[in-house]
Amino acid sequence: MTEQHQQNINKSVKKLTLIVCAMFGFGFALVPLYDVFCDITGLNGKTSNQAASVNENGVDESRLITVQFISHLSKGIPWQFEPMVKEIKVHPGETKLVKFYAKNDAARDIVGQAVPSVSPGQAAVYFQKIECFCFNQQPLKASEDVEMALQFYVDTELPEEVNTITLSYTLYDITGKVES
Amino acid sequence: MTTEAIHDSHEHDHHDHKMTGIKRWLFTTNHKDIGTLYLWFAFIMLLFGGALAMLIRAELFQPGLQFVEPDFFNQLTTVHGLIMVFGAIMPAFTGFANWMIPMMIGAPDMALPRMNNWSFWILPFAFAILISSFFMDSGAPNFGWTFYAPLSTTYSNGSTAFFVFAVHIMGISSIMGAINVIVTIMNMRAPGMTYMKMPLFVWTFFITAYLLIAVMPVLAGVVTMVLTDTYFGTSFFDAAGGGDPVMFQHIFWFFGHPEVYIMILPAFGIVSTIIPTFARKKLFGYSSMVYATASIAFLSFIVWAHHMFTTGMPLAGELFFMYCTMLIAVPTGVKVFNWVATMWRGAMTFELPMLFSIAFVILFTIGGFSGLMLALTPVDFQYHDTYFVVAHFHYVLVTGSLFSIYAGAYYWLPKWTGHMFSERLGKAHFWCSLISVNILFFPMHFLGLAGMPRRIPDYALQFADFNKWVSIGGFAFGLSQLIFLAVVIQCIRGGKKAEANPWEAEEGLEWSVPSPAPYHTFETPPKID
Ligand SMILES: [Cu+2]
Repeated sequence: MTEQHQQNINKSVKKLTLIVCAMFGFGFALVPLYDVFCDITGLNGKTSNQAASVNENGVDESRLITVQFISHLSKGIPWQFEPMVKEIKVHPGETKLVKFYAKNDAARDIVGQAVPSVSPGQAAVYFQKIECFCFNQQPLKASEDVEMALQFYVDTELPEEVNTITLSYTLYDITGKVES
Repeated sequence: MTTEAIHDSHEHDHHDHKMTGIKRWLFTTNHKDIGTLYLWFAFIMLLFGGALAMLIRAELFQPGLQFVEPDFFNQLTTVHGLIMVFGAIMPAFTGFANWMIPMMIGAPDMALPRMNNWSFWILPFAFAILISSFFMDSGAPNFGWTFYAPLSTTYSNGSTAFFVFAVHIMGISSIMGAINVIVTIMNMRAPGMTYMKMPLFVWTFFITAYLLIAVMPVLAGVVTMVLTDTYFGTSFFDAAGGGDPVMFQHIFWFFGHPEVYIMILPAFGIVSTIIPTFARKKLFGYSSMVYATASIAFLSFIVWAHHMFTTGMPLAGELFFMYCTMLIAVPTGVKVFNWVATMWRGAMTFELPMLFSIAFVILFTIGGFSGLMLALTPVDFQYHDTYFVVAHFHYVLVTGSLFSIYAGAYYWLPKWTGHMFSERLGKAHFWCSLISVNILFFPMHFLGLAGMPRRIPDYALQFADFNKWVSIGGFAFGLSQLIFLAVVIQCIRGGKKAEANPWEAEEGLEWSVPSPAPYHTFETPPKID
């Protein structure tokens, strides 16, 4: 094996190692890329984490949208958590206020965090929350209960084919994360 | 170069010296030794993973719970999948690469012999770690070989860290193996061996190695995320912390789909080598085969979400992934066409390697068709997570990849051992396998269409008869593989002396050296015309 030959081999090894490192990085780069992609397309039904400003586009009285509310408890959180109305009808652009009921059934203090998700996913970017309990953590003392408010409107730009929007909240126990 | 290195390479020229006993295998840098190690390791893993499958089929022999607890059943399916994918099929192909690529391109050895030794010897540790988790309190991983979050994060048991490290080591091993294959092919070809003169076998391994380099690091990344989500409080896949469990599936299948081609492209290479020999014709459409392989590899990167049709994608997304997936049928069809065209009007004989190759072409095509059915978004909603999927991927992986490995093993056994194997015993292996494998996997199609879900230890009464057949086929197929072991051991110990070119192959530098292949071949490069 000549010196030149050995050099070529070393060069190829270096290049390939570089590809390997780049692809390892790419795996992690997929995380922010996925978030950006979903932000633009509403692919994963995630709604905005920020309060929307009040609607300025007027109300579209010609359409009536059904908005359904459902709630889930994630594993092991000993709370009651339910929407106080299951379903309402709104015109696009119209602002509505609904309430959710939560009660800590445990004998200890627990911090909860509700995470919203909208179905169909394409409606997520049109679902505007002016005020939402999901923007904040929700600490409840043992046996304490609370009514939590959600104020929202559906954007008038909502695609034609969407007539029903389901908003689902999953409640997580984040006491451990808050403490640490 | 240092004097020592000169001395080293000087010695390297004359000897046929090798260390003896266990040391020879531990410290070997010889591509043939390492190839042998890989092949034996893969076969042992095949038997172990097969034993797990036997337990699964025993439990499913009747409805109700007989032998194992549901949690243990989940551990069985998980470890069975991991072992067969990373322990049996992939190392077997790496074994073929090691043995054959240097001989086929006229090189004295792999380009990076020391790394070659490492990439093999870390593998047993990876699987020891994985298998040892069976003996821990929490048991082995139980979330399926696809380790979807949050099953593998929030709901996983205590052995998740062992799973993650085992996969890391397997990944490092494959990456090193792949780098070695690419560097060898790029730099060690004999003068005159241009890229388009390389045997198709070498081409498929070349392209597979690139796939490995592109996606194994992504797998390493995603298991690392699972590790930190489980133990260090990150929330890549945890919605409570702003993550998204569906993202896990995207990243996993970005690795996972190219992975299935990592397990089938080398099979294409092996079969494309064998069929021309026994049809006594040149391979039909050599260059179209090369381009088809390359386009399958390219397309494999843009179809991953066909595993996720039921996760709720916008219509445009489902259509995109459906059409791209179906597009893969075109280059794959080119290949099947070329194999059939090679056999067309050939002077065919049906020795064992050819029998396995023909079975491969037919049964792999069945697996391809059920894959096409699964690619159709509207019907996938029905087939998703049923036994139809299980039937599909076992047709492509067992009667596809595994059969091609058997075909290749029978084809090159005379070259490896210097003896002809027992054709009678080998035929017994073939026919027993062929019949039992179809009893094993074909009824699964119907079970799936009728709605039997996968990965469940119990099932509704109406599935009982078919499951009985499937289990019987499973036990028979499992036992049939022991015949292969007998053939190989017999062939190593003795038998009719093999000539240099026992199959009268028209092509392949490996047939120009004597059988068994000397410890060192092509120290001076051969002449290529
Ligand atoms: Cu796929």
